[in-house]
Amino acid sequence: MGLQNAINGIPLEWYLIVAAALFSIGLYGVLARKNAVAMLMGVELMLNSVNLNLLAFWRYLAPESAAGLAFAAFVFVVAAAETAVGLALIIAVYRSLKSVDPETLTQLKL
Amino acid sequence: MTLLIVSPILFPLLGMLINALFGQRMRERVVGWVASFAVIAAFAASVVLFVQLSQSHGEPLRLTLAPWITAGALNVAWGFLVDPLSAVMMLIVTGVGALIHIYSIGYMHGDPRFARYFVYLNLFVAAMLVLVMADNFLVLFVGWELVGLCSYLLIGFWFQDVKNAAAGRKAFVVNRIGDVGFVLGMLLIFATFGTLDFETVFAQVKVRGESLAAVASLITLLLFIGATGKSAQIPLFVWLPDAMAGPTPVSALIHAATMVTAGVYMMSRAHVLFELAPTTQALIALVGAITALVAGSSALRQVDIKKVLAYSTVSQLGFMVAAAGLGAYVAALFHLLTHAFFKALLFLGAGSVIHAMHAAHGDVDPQDMRAMGGLAKRMPFTFLTFVIGGLALAGLPPLAGFFSKDEVLLAAFADNPLVFVLLGITAAFTALYVGRQIVLVFLGEPRSANAAHAHESPAIMTMPLAVLALLTLAGGAINLPGGGWLHHWLEPVLHEAAKPLNVGLALVFTLIALGALALAWVWYRDAQRARLEVESALGRFLLSAWHIDAVYHATVLRAFYTLSTICSQLIDIGLIDAAVNAVGRSARAAADQLRAAQSGFVRNYGLLMFLGVIVLVVYFVVVR
Amino acid sequence: MNVADLETVLPFLLLATGGVALLLVDLAVPQARKSLTGWLAFVVALAAGVSALALVSGKTMKGFAGMVQADAFAYFADVLLCVVAALVILLSLRYHTARGLMRGEFYPLLLLSLSGMSLAVHAADLLVVFLAIELLSIPLYVLSGFARPRLESEEAALKYFLTGAFASGFLVYGVALIYGASGTTALGDLRAALLDNPALTSDALLMAGLALVMVGLLFKIAAVPFHFWAPDVYEGAPTTVTAFMATATKAAAFLALMRVVAGFAALSPSLAQPFEVADALRPMLALIAAITMIVGNVTALAQQNVKRMLAYSSIAHAGYALAGVASGDATAVLFYLAAYAFATLAAFVVLIAVGSTEGNEDHRYEAYAGLGRRAPLLGVIMALAMFSLIGIPPTAGFVGKYFLFRAVVASDLTWLAVIGVLTSALSAAFYLRVLMVLFMREPETAPEAEPAALAADAPRMVAAYVSAAAVLLIGVFPSAVLALLTGGELVALVR
Repeated sequence: MGLQNAINGIPLEWYLIVAAALFSIGLYGVLARKNAVAMLMGVELMLNSVNLNLLAFWRYLAPESAAGLAFAAFVFVVAAAETAVGLALIIAVYRSLKSVDPETLTQLKL
Repeated sequence: MTLLIVSPILFPLLGMLINALFGQRMRERVVGWVASFAVIAAFAASVVLFVQLSQSHGEPLRLTLAPWITAGALNVAWGFLVDPLSAVMMLIVTGVGALIHIYSIGYMHGDPRFARYFVYLNLFVAAMLVLVMADNFLVLFVGWELVGLCSYLLIGFWFQDVKNAAAGRKAFVVNRIGDVGFVLGMLLIFATFGTLDFETVFAQVKVRGESLAAVASLITLLLFIGATGKSAQIPLFVWLPDAMAGPTPVSALIHAATMVTAGVYMMSRAHVLFELAPTTQALIALVGAITALVAGSSALRQVDIKKVLAYSTVSQLGFMVAAAGLGAYVAALFHLLTHAFFKALLFLGAGSVIHAMHAAHGDVDPQDMRAMGGLAKRMPFTFLTFVIGGLALAGLPPLAGFFSKDEVLLAAFADNPLVFVLLGITAAFTALYVGRQIVLVFLGEPRSANAAHAHESPAIMTMPLAVLALLTLAGGAINLPGGGWLHHWLEPVLHEAAKPLNVGLALVFTLIALGALALAWVWYRDAQRARLEVESALGRFLLSAWHIDAVYHATVLRAFYTLSTICSQLIDIGLIDAAVNAVGRSARAAADQLRAAQSGFVRNYGLLMFLGVIVLVVYFVVVR
Repeated sequence: MNVADLETVLPFLLLATGGVALLLVDLAVPQARKSLTGWLAFVVALAAGVSALALVSGKTMKGFAGMVQADAFAYFADVLLCVVAALVILLSLRYHTARGLMRGEFYPLLLLSLSGMSLAVHAADLLVVFLAIELLSIPLYVLSGFARPRLESEEAALKYFLTGAFASGFLVYGVALIYGASGTTALGDLRAALLDNPALTSDALLMAGLALVMVGLLFKIAAVPFHFWAPDVYEGAPTTVTAFMATATKAAAFLALMRVVAGFAALSPSLAQPFEVADALRPMLALIAAITMIVGNVTALAQQNVKRMLAYSSIAHAGYALAGVASGDATAVLFYLAAYAFATLAAFVVLIAVGSTEGNEDHRYEAYAGLGRRAPLLGVIMALAMFSLIGIPPTAGFVGKYFLFRAVVASDLTWLAVIGVLTSALSAAFYLRVLMVLFMREPETAPEAEPAALAADAPRMVAAYVSAAAVLLIGVFPSAVLALLTGGELVALVR
């Protein structure tokens, strides 16, 4: 019970701020890392911050309907599918170039 | 009845279809005559329609073939209209067109793509008929675009020479620039009147009158931009001299009977709108007069037999456009009609000369007038008809050109002194370059082996010359001064009062023309002068048509090219990599090192996208 | 859930189940006969298209508790998507054999991506929008890299994936914010909530969410500045996949975008358009449309590769369609997209024919020299495609542009129409260049491909005739297409 109260005592904004921070860290990862796997991790972080948002909104604003929960579940599934495909693509590139640095992929340009 | 109204369009289409499907397997003569008969049949149908129209005292014949676009307020049909104005245009297009078809049978003899040529030619005639028979702006635009397309195909017909293909593309692109104006004008018409139907729009104009003045100025200005493209006016006339690259009969068709008249026709058709916009009218008159002068002076120094005629066409179109700008639509159409006769005659005559120069084996450019001379004795019939056409162009009585040019000058004299002066000077130039051309080509002694061995062209080419020469001789009769037949005929459409003949004016211009012709004889009897004058600064200036092409290259085209390169490099790769790539072309090794130090492309994309995100979020949250 | 629910997304269900079933069936198809998988996929796509055509009616229905909506727009888009996909399958049979790509999983992946598109056009809920966009994208990432181990293909796939995942991160974050601000993700409820409580419109969370959702959708339609992926991916991907992306994806994403815009209409319900565009959205949409038209067309001028030029062309046309979105005329936009799709597909017929011959796949302009005379049929089809893309009557492109610019002018965005007309005049320069090369230039070296090889493939010829006929027929009889679109009554994108 004590834990529950402690959680209830945290205002919604805090969750949103943490989620926004997570989103920004993921964003930074995508933009700054020179490794495709790390960029993928950045994207995953962005998606997970959204889940945090969704659950917080659900808990605080509309706990009676399951929409927020369901949404979060969908985001999980999509994130997993994206990761699977993304890793497969990265491995394919790695086999050709022996590198996962997207900077080496500059054949298509202009 | 239904079929009769569209039959002028259907016949050429049918001819086109036959030649497109079976042309490869048919003999040359058969192909040529199928195409020619298609246009002759169209001409016959036009005559029948014309007679019906005159029996019904100008009551227009209409036909709605099928609905085209029906969406909400917009109803556009494939509708056609035969009224006095379109009937005259139909007769010109099919009549002159038929003669040019017949002539082409001789001129294109032996061309490997003989059938293809006639397919395009028939399509051209059909497209032009769609343009003049349309009963709304949208169908007119269909013809307008198809004509542009055909000119692209025909001007670039001998595309083996890159120059010709480029000329075709230039014609198309320049015309597209004009089309922008036309499309915008059309959109504005729809926005203002809620319809594109001629009758409804013009009826509304009459009812709403002055309240439309502002929007009418804008609409007419946009429509006029379209006309400057098709009717080769400043600043868009540059395509027409290059369009000489096509076979000579094509030049005759484009310059005399069809494409270039589209702008003048369109302005006459929409004259109700133009009359509401005096500012646009004044501008049109001025542009027409300046074009006439620039092109007329440029024709003075051309050495290519066809280029003289090309600039002459631009100049004469300037006359027509100026007349339209002055509100003298009958004069504009009259000049359009006589010009169709004598310019087709001149082009076909020039074609006959080129044909002869080409056939007599030698090593000179068959179109260079400096290598001609003395052809009068060798090609007497061509000479005779060419002189008739030339004198008509110079405006000597009683040839057709005299009457029509006189009407234009008369209108300018009454309304706009500046335009009158410009056109008057141009009239003198016209006689001068006509005289120069006749002297250089036909008189004196042959100046090359080709010219010395030239022979008269076959009958199939000279017969159309004879017909056109007769029309040129007698064509003036259809609108004698003081309210001739054409005035009465167009009265139901244009509602224009006739002006009486001004004898003094006519006399002055006849004398000016005679004087200029005499001057040409004195100057160019010795061909040396023609050779030298091109070398001078003024000669080069005029030869290149006031350097307008060069100006375009230096400004508009370069600006586009630079912009496009900037976009491709800066915007698309991102600022940093553009710099890298610019260096990279000259020094690849250095670029590779620089690139290694720079961020990769995908992340650049991400970064630029993120900037876009920030802009969007800031806009929606803060600015909104 | 009941049977009526299923009916609202019947094409989607056919495609999704067909795609999954085909994955299994393909296991039993011997490697030498993978074209059988292709034909089965063709049948599934056609069946879905026919089901959509049969369901078109004036009625608007909602299903699955308001998550999806079935209306004339959605079914029209379904038909368009399925026809395009069926034609792409026909084109791919020979191309994949020639390029050594005849692997069975191509066709199920295509169908699954197509099912995502079909779902996107029926979406009436932001959650469904997100799911549909992912469902159409993830197979496309794989398809872009289908020509592995060819490096350009892998590069295209990875670039598409990284930028695409990045964009969908924004999209889903935006949906979450909207959910937080309004308590709902259903577009109809959202609209009602905005109407009830106008104060919501100044809610920073809601507006930020809207901006982020727009980002995700603008990315899919390749609008500037979210277009960077498109040229690289279009050039590197197998040509069949490019054809599919350039036509179908765009149409699906546009309808989804319009539904979202209509959901936010209540921001300021001042306009009684076919669908309302909030005053807050309109200037931004118009601005992006203008920039997209300019960047796409101008950059296309400088291209040296036909395939890449068509990528920029697709960006430019996204700009035109976006101008239609800003004007709020869904009919004009969908009509335009159909006209654009068939013209682009007709152009890709020629590219795929060239790519189906032996030797390296080469789409530089020089490689096309004299092709129009060696293979006149391909030349004519390319000419039709280019004329339609320029917008010359009486092709579909002309009528499409006409409707579009009329709608734009009618919604007081005349300046945007002016830019549109100017840029499409400019576009004549690079579209005609293709025809110049095709008809008026001699090849530098002896052509490798014989005309017979270029024209021999029967399925490809069917695709060629269908797309060319569509370009012409839509241009001459646009009313038939419009009848399908409006279906008798005015359709509300969101209710």
